[in-house]
Amino acid sequence: MIQMKAKVIKGARILQEAVTTQHGTDHEYTTTGLNHRKLLMWAFLGSDCMFFGSLIATYMVYYGKSKVGPFPEDLFSIPITSVSTFVLLMSSMSMVLAYAAIRKGSLKGFRVWILSTALMGMTFLAFQVFEFYEFANHEVHFDCSQVGTGNLSAFEESFQNECIEGVTTVDGIHDSDGNNLTGLTPKTNLFGTTFFTLTGFHGAHVTLGVIWLLSLFFYSFRGGVTRERDLDVDLAALYWHFVDIVWIVIFTVVYLFGVFPGFPES
Amino acid sequence: MTTSILSRPIHPTGLWAWLTTIDHKRIGILYGVTAFIMFLSGGIEAMYIRLQLAAPEQELVSPEIYSQLFTMHGTTMIFLAIMPMGAAFFNYLIPLQIGARDVAFPRLNAFSYWTFLGGAVMLKSSWFLGGAPNAGWFGYAPITSSAYNPGHGIDFWILSLQILGIASLAAAFNFIVTIINLRAPGMSLMRMPIFTWMTFVTSILLILAFPVITVALIEVMFDRFFGTNFFNVGAGGQPLLWQHLFWVFGHPEVYILILPALGIIAEVIPTFSKKPLFGYPVVVLSGVVIGFMGWMVWSHHMFTVGLGPVANSVFAVTTMAIAVPTGVKIFNYIATMWKGSISLTTSMLYAIGFIFLFVIGGLSGVMHSSAASDAQQQDTYFIVAHLHYVLFGGSIMALGSGIYYWFPKMTGRLMDEKLGKLNFLLVFIGMNVTFFPMHFLGLDGMPRRIYTYDSDMGWNLWNAVSSVGYLILALGVLILIVNIIWSVLSGEKADGDPWDARTLEWSMSSPPPEYNFEHIPIVHGIDPYWEQKREGLSTVPISGGSGDDDSHGIHLPQPSYWPLLASLGLFVSGYGLVYLSSSIGLVVSIIGAAITMVAVYAWSFEPVNDPDEGEGH
Amino acid sequence: MAQNEDMSTETHLGSENHSDHPTPLTYFKVAMILSIITAIEVGIFYVEDLSYGIIPILTILSVMKFALVIMFYMHLRYDNRLFSTLFLTGLALAFLVVIALLALFQFFTPS
Ligand SMILES: [Cu+2]
Repeated sequence: MIQMKAKVIKGARILQEAVTTQHGTDHEYTTTGLNHRKLLMWAFLGSDCMFFGSLIATYMVYYGKSKVGPFPEDLFSIPITSVSTFVLLMSSMSMVLAYAAIRKGSLKGFRVWILSTALMGMTFLAFQVFEFYEFANHEVHFDCSQVGTGNLSAFEESFQNECIEGVTTVDGIHDSDGNNLTGLTPKTNLFGTTFFTLTGFHGAHVTLGVIWLLSLFFYSFRGGVTRERDLDVDLAALYWHFVDIVWIVIFTVVYLFGVFPGFPES
Repeated sequence: MTTSILSRPIHPTGLWAWLTTIDHKRIGILYGVTAFIMFLSGGIEAMYIRLQLAAPEQELVSPEIYSQLFTMHGTTMIFLAIMPMGAAFFNYLIPLQIGARDVAFPRLNAFSYWTFLGGAVMLKSSWFLGGAPNAGWFGYAPITSSAYNPGHGIDFWILSLQILGIASLAAAFNFIVTIINLRAPGMSLMRMPIFTWMTFVTSILLILAFPVITVALIEVMFDRFFGTNFFNVGAGGQPLLWQHLFWVFGHPEVYILILPALGIIAEVIPTFSKKPLFGYPVVVLSGVVIGFMGWMVWSHHMFTVGLGPVANSVFAVTTMAIAVPTGVKIFNYIATMWKGSISLTTSMLYAIGFIFLFVIGGLSGVMHSSAASDAQQQDTYFIVAHLHYVLFGGSIMALGSGIYYWFPKMTGRLMDEKLGKLNFLLVFIGMNVTFFPMHFLGLDGMPRRIYTYDSDMGWNLWNAVSSVGYLILALGVLILIVNIIWSVLSGEKADGDPWDARTLEWSMSSPPPEYNFEHIPIVHGIDPYWEQKREGLSTVPISGGSGDDDSHGIHLPQPSYWPLLASLGLFVSGYGLVYLSSSIGLVVSIIGAAITMVAVYAWSFEPVNDPDEGEGH
Repeated sequence: MAQNEDMSTETHLGSENHSDHPTPLTYFKVAMILSIITAIEVGIFYVEDLSYGIIPILTILSVMKFALVIMFYMHLRYDNRLFSTLFLTGLALAFLVVIALLALFQFFTPS
């Protein structure tokens, strides 16, 4: 019966009455046969590209325009960030394995992998918190004999006036209350402003993702995650991978391009 | 569901029915009424402006208040009147035009409306909470920085625009999915009504443009709240970046305002010309091309900032080029009327008025698409004249046409045609008397945004004429209000198809039943209902495929509290963020965020239909 | 809804592609490639002789990573093209807007 009509009506794939309203929303009638929520998620991710695009554009437009330090090369530690990047990449694999597990109906496998994804996400966030803390408390230490030799960064050179008679090494710059004056905060310079905003919003996306993953994990113990509703996992996974690819861009543009030896000094 | 803290409003009545509704038709009406009220409030702001400028050297309002007036007038008309008025039509009509029972995400739709309302109330409340924003609708940095603008006005502007942005984004996602996924069988993309097409293009523009303004607003907000340096010139920040980000959003926004209008006109003109739309595929294509090219022209707002000859030339050429697809649409509309049997209803008059006025606005736009000529016109009343011909003569005239056209569908009653024609005449004359003299003022060098002018500048006459025009315009709008109220109460009863129209929404009763279509229609062509009437083809067939022929078996999504609560949380935290510098502000913003969190959680665990209640399918 | 109804829906629509997803082994291989590319990226970073040559190399490597994740992990490769269209529209526009903004701010003009 259905097939007969579908032949008669060009463009009609299936006739099914209740449109927006089936209980299990995964298999309702749609014109394209695609799920509403999945379409929404992809449209959202396309839109989110514009969000991060604007943040990245701001970061790059202001690259090298900071008037005072510290600058990227004073702060970035590529080995440490490489580790956190690796963790986030592996969390993507773990996520996709969680999805593969639920599609096979393996609730146990799902729980293991989704929990490990969330834990890796939290590890990434811990790295980020550590990094922000380190940057905010960055201190300059240099040997006064190195001033003018080209071995010091521009930022360190800017403190050469500290090398007065009888001072051989500079160990941090502090105000009279002992506060560190050489850390990077969002207020310090354009680099701080744009760096913390860009990576902070990425971190916020990761945080949201971790909450989502943990919700799925706990919901699975109440029977909320099933093979039939694998789409719930699929959507969380798409979001999680998106956060990962945004980091791929940030890692290259902000970290690697930020400090590689050939780049013009700020 | 056990997770529900509040029991679900299954069959609410009265006020609760409206507060918890997820019916797209009701939400459309809510959008329309709210947008109309906001239109009036923006009109009152304009009244003060025109009174102040009616004669030289007046002190009716102070310069400070004047800045707030023009900022609020612009922001209100764009974000609180024209955009949501468009959204009202999207909501009411899209499911009907594509043969669906509702939008794809009914609760998200309710969330869009309540969030919009929250943003609108928040922006307007700034008048009573220490002063409205005063940096113009495009809020150029660094006027918006706390150094130059220490009050809360700008904070209200930033946060209400963020909230309005969330509302617009949610609605746009919803309509994209609805249009892709809920078309009735047979309605291929190239059979969709033009209004649906333009809604689709508009929604795509929205989801791509709003993230940019979101980021720009975040940057100003961080500068103001946390002392960051985005637009702090002392630290090397460049106010120019704001201009770029704003107009990357701002120019597509212009098309977000005008494409729905072009869509309405494409529905009205064929109906009242008794002809199919001339060149349907070309009209679709030109709409898509406009949506695409709208991204390549933004710097034409910045010809005088010194981008250099290369950038200016590129953007001048792209701007001139974008007039082509717009012109193509106008030609198609005129060709549709050609040799048609035209009935000059009020709706049609508005549509013809639209074509006339929009062409004038388009022509003055082409004038300043040339960077050299724009240097003379930038920031003068010439621009004010141009943008009002496009937005009033374009968008508002089309929305007026839409109101007269679809009012019988929404209320089951016709609007009074005599009052309607008087209304149109006054609005049309008033609009021209108000805005045409601004061309002369602008070419004569009168800058925009000045709160008064010397009497020997030679601007007295045209300013006086323009203010008189405002009165005519206001009288016209007053008659529209009278007409709407009178017609709702005792207008002539309308049947399902009072205009002998073409698209699916006219195939059902007026107003349509809550479930819209008893049976999902099957579509055979571009004008399905027209064809059905002319050729006896069956649009409303037969039973559906799932085997329940009984219309009472239609599962409608049930009302829900959560969209309202999620919006409320955003509204509350918006106020909290304005006063973030105080500890109360911080607490309030956290409470607001918590309300939204809880509501979103409860929402995502709430099934579309409560299995406890429904028919147990 | 009944199980068999779901099945019939699927055979008619055939678009969610529940069948031809890659196996966990593929996912693992992709993860290995991603790790290797990241290792190369970090390694290349320390080759000072490359100077500005590092920019195109790192760009290509990141684009490869990006493409692998969206094609396999986000299974765009196996999914309906409409999803790709929606996403790539946003991605391409974001890319073009960023490039245009950088050009307007003389990012590519040597000072
Ligand atoms: Cu423009």
